[in-house]
Amino acid sequence: MATTTPMGTPRTGETPASDAFEIVPVRHWGRWISAVAAVAALAGLVGSLAKNGNLHWDVVGHYLFAGLIFDGLATTLWLTVAAMTLGLVLGTLVAVMRLSDDPVLYGLSSLFVWLFRGTPLLVQIIFWGYAGALYQHVMVGIPFTGVTFFQADTNTLLTPAVAALLALGLNEAAYASEIVRAGIRSVDTGQTEAAHSLGMRPALTMRRIVLPQAMRVIIPPLGNETINMLKMTALVSVIAAHDLMSNIQDVYGQNYQVIPMLVVASLWYLALVSVLSVPQAWLERRYGRGTARGAAVSPLRRLCAGSLTALRSRTQKEAGR
Amino acid sequence: MNAPMVHAEGVRKHFGKLQVLKGIDLTVERGQVCCLLGPSGSGKSTFLRCINHLEKIDGGRLSVDGEPVGHRPQGTRLHELREREVAARRRDIGMVFQRFNLFPHMTALENVMEAPVKVAGAARDQARDEARALLDQVGLADREGHYPAELSGGQQQRVAIARALAMKPKLMLFDEPTSALDPELVGDVLDVMRRLADDGMTMVVVTHEIGFAREVGDLAVFMDEGVVVESGDPRRVLAAPEQERTRAFLSKVL
Repeated sequence: MATTTPMGTPRTGETPASDAFEIVPVRHWGRWISAVAAVAALAGLVGSLAKNGNLHWDVVGHYLFAGLIFDGLATTLWLTVAAMTLGLVLGTLVAVMRLSDDPVLYGLSSLFVWLFRGTPLLVQIIFWGYAGALYQHVMVGIPFTGVTFFQADTNTLLTPAVAALLALGLNEAAYASEIVRAGIRSVDTGQTEAAHSLGMRPALTMRRIVLPQAMRVIIPPLGNETINMLKMTALVSVIAAHDLMSNIQDVYGQNYQVIPMLVVASLWYLALVSVLSVPQAWLERRYGRGTARGAAVSPLRRLCAGSLTALRSRTQKEAGR
Repeated sequence: MNAPMVHAEGVRKHFGKLQVLKGIDLTVERGQVCCLLGPSGSGKSTFLRCINHLEKIDGGRLSVDGEPVGHRPQGTRLHELREREVAARRRDIGMVFQRFNLFPHMTALENVMEAPVKVAGAARDQARDEARALLDQVGLADREGHYPAELSGGQQQRVAIARALAMKPKLMLFDEPTSALDPELVGDVLDVMRRLADDGMTMVVVTHEIGFAREVGDLAVFMDEGVVVESGDPRRVLAAPEQERTRAFLSKVL
């Protein structure tokens, strides 16, 4: 039998109709085997932890929802939010200064980044915690005149919580400034030129045109920074700022249940970090507007997608028979 | 008020050691359409960008509507303008870029509304109505909610023209507006520009569209290696060029 294609070239041979073909998707046998192995290994690990008497699950259960722990959690949370806000606002300012033509602004901002990125965070936290030993009083006035507008004892002003906030916020500003700077530089210069040619001034151009586009590049690393910050707050336990870790240390300092208390801390840090990924995904979608990859798929869906499509194609095939 | 819209005398510009403009003399009267032609690297785009101060000139004089670009004359001195003053001058000069440069995070309508609302301080409702009218004028009334990435090159360029017109400029600058477009989309953009010219807009157009220059242009300026080689009525310059360099260029592009 001879058939003629629309191109006009005759084709010979027994060609079945196109819908008679069965499409066989690639079978990912390796994936199924590795999934079973991974689940078995994880189950074994969890089982051995559950049976381990040294873990004292009763202690974990007792302290997991204790009032002292919630007090610490509250401090950890507001410290994270406040330090990130301070870091981001100051960091954006530093980033804009570093991109400025003004040599004074550029010099000052570079010095700031150099100093706060170049010394360990732990050192900065202890430094702010003991700043009272450097200056006993804080005074605002006109030098050499004796005129004083404001005067206070450093230790009443710089409580452990304020010292922790300053240390974390200033350190974060140095890192955030580099992230924001990279984001700003990722925006095409044509955007700035277009804004300028419409009569927009540099500050307005930055706020309305450049920063919203830079956000797309800025948000993922900033999500990282936020998660990091949440965990970095544990360091302020060295100046007894009463965050989650400080309180955990207070407890195991008395009952010597170090491991169970660290499990309590880890569970809470993990829970908070998980919650934090939600706003990040939302922000990424918001600032992804107008780009092809704007509508992102949620990670959970992605995880399920592989096995689901495999199952679906199988059931469809069976239904077809 | 009788000053020409654009007046250049011996305009010079260099990038590092490379001299891009070697003394440009040019006058564009009100309502004229001036087409800048020439091979790439001849300095025509640089000169266009000097007109709205995206590039600073290094020598000579350049004025728009009687006012020196980037300077405020005071006695015998020219004071360099501050950013705020430069921005204020640019409001009256529309610019359309080769690569469109639409704001990708805003819809077509938001792109057109942005400057009237944020720069001119227009009321949002009024700006929206005017923006819609402008999009309608460039044939894109049904695309107002689309983001630039969802529009074709020709549509993006027409939105860019509407965006520039939203500030009610007295002068429009076009930097190779059709060079980044697929051939079948060029016509729509040129039609919009032709209508704009018919409405009496003063335009300076850097282009390789010889047909457009001949039909719409009032003045054709042929540039090469940073100088004006030949200028005048497009019908004469393009049909019977006097200079050998013009002839050589035209024989290549026609």
